Amino acid sequence: MSAKATADRTLRGRVAIVGIGETDYYRHGASPDPEFKLALKAILAACSDAGIDPRDIDGFASYSEERSEPSRLASALGTRRLRAATMQWGGGGGGCCAAVANAAASIVAGLADCVVVFRSLAQGQFGRFGQTTGIDTISGEKAYLMPYGVLAPPQRFAMRVRRYMHEHGVSQEALRAIALASYHHAQANPRAVMYGKPLDAAKYDASRWIAEPFHLYDCCMENDGAAALVLVPAERAKEFCNKPAYLLGAAVGSGYRAGAIPHNSPHYASAGFETVAADLYAMAGLGPSDVNVVQCYENFTGGVVMALAEHGFFAPEDANDYLAFDNLVAPSGRLPLNTSGGNLAECYMHGFELVLEAVRQVRGTSTSQARRNDVGMVIGGPMVTPVSNLLLGSEATL
Amino acid sequence: MSRGADETYLPQGLPIPVAEADGLSAPYWQGLRQNRLLVQRCRSCGAWQFGPEWICHRCHALDPDWTKIEPHGQIFSWERVWHPSHAALRQHGPYLAVLVEIPHAGGVRMIGNLLGDPAQEVSIGAAVEGVFEHHLHPERPYSLLHWRLPSAR
Repeated sequence: MSAKATADRTLRGRVAIVGIGETDYYRHGASPDPEFKLALKAILAACSDAGIDPRDIDGFASYSEERSEPSRLASALGTRRLRAATMQWGGGGGGCCAAVANAAASIVAGLADCVVVFRSLAQGQFGRFGQTTGIDTISGEKAYLMPYGVLAPPQRFAMRVRRYMHEHGVSQEALRAIALASYHHAQANPRAVMYGKPLDAAKYDASRWIAEPFHLYDCCMENDGAAALVLVPAERAKEFCNKPAYLLGAAVGSGYRAGAIPHNSPHYASAGFETVAADLYAMAGLGPSDVNVVQCYENFTGGVVMALAEHGFFAPEDANDYLAFDNLVAPSGRLPLNTSGGNLAECYMHGFELVLEAVRQVRGTSTSQARRNDVGMVIGGPMVTPVSNLLLGSEATL
Repeated sequence: MSRGADETYLPQGLPIPVAEADGLSAPYWQGLRQNRLLVQRCRSCGAWQFGPEWICHRCHALDPDWTKIEPHGQIFSWERVWHPSHAALRQHGPYLAVLVEIPHAGGVRMIGNLLGDPAQEVSIGAAVEGVFEHHLHPERPYSLLHWRLPSAR
């Protein structure tokens, strides 16, 4: 019954990102602004970058229980009208690319013409992800976990990564290389929260365990801030001042019973991209060897190992060889990874900072520019469900 | 095997498990209080299922039966937790959580703590047996299912 995606049923080449913007990025709880104001600031910055009047926005898209909702944004900004308002289900950063896909689908389907995709977070205002407080009783999935001290995300994912390392012989050094690459790139990026705070192998090795096999530096930060982008139909892309980044493909979802709780998904040792990676490459008409630079959501380094393998960059058994620092850094590593510093060292903006960085790579304006930059990938939220991904390209790739 | 509230593996104060408002998991939690491990098994096709759902994922028969199984299995994965993510765990030190697979119930998995020395080496594939732990909370008594190596008996 599955219909092959025809030329008509694709996002390839149909929309372009013409503006990106973000607020200053802060440690969690350190934002001087409330969350909604952060969202507004990022949206204004993205519109300014595009050279567009914010009143011309006619759609908003977000994910992960975003609280800055579209009707309030449209009223606050005085947009002339609101047409698309899409929210991707699922927590964590699994929707950071899906939100872009939903916005793109709105545009391609004729439901909207100028959609802002964004994420805003002020954890001082609304509480942290990494601490469990104020819960007396619990039911559903977490009831099978929390009474046993499996409370926060590191504890929820450590066992999955441990199993993957066991099945495929992945070493701690492979996880370490991912952390070192993110921190290395953050040292060139003045936006990064960890700018001026370098990491080396000895410091990683000496860092405390959070939940084995995760050291402190295997875990993402928690931050305040907001990030946004402006998406328009491809035929309008050249009306704006920046080099457009075209959407070459996007995919969302998960495999068979990936959501079976608690920890009962049949393919447990997985980041969840088996089907989603295949869908992405099919839409884009590309394969892993065509991808020049990757931004991969690091909730935890181990999820990056799995996600990159599932996107075909290496076989799991080759992870220890492939995931060496020199292979992962711009400008000329084999696969420059997380070139802004990512969730580990730029800002944990729930992965949306990764989408913005992918745009910068295609534009050629990253602070750690990859030598080859026509095709950039973003991978959202490994190990949750649903996950999502996207490919961006320059005009030459259309 | 069961043990009482005077010797719980983790300190008191962590979230207390209760069934959902619709009662989906109520038989499971009630079973633990009686030293019985219940998981779902479809009466139509025999498929095992845990966590519970209102439908059999294989044949779509509604309301799968609850079936008592022997609480033993093998370690499928594990973690040693150092960072306290809850006020009740500050000052507590590391602890072990394991994911246990139960081959005689279709390979369903469940999470518990691995009793014994928290610094012990843990081996994936090791056989473990269940230990019911009863919490005599005045308003909301509840029970958990932990695991231990047979040699630790």
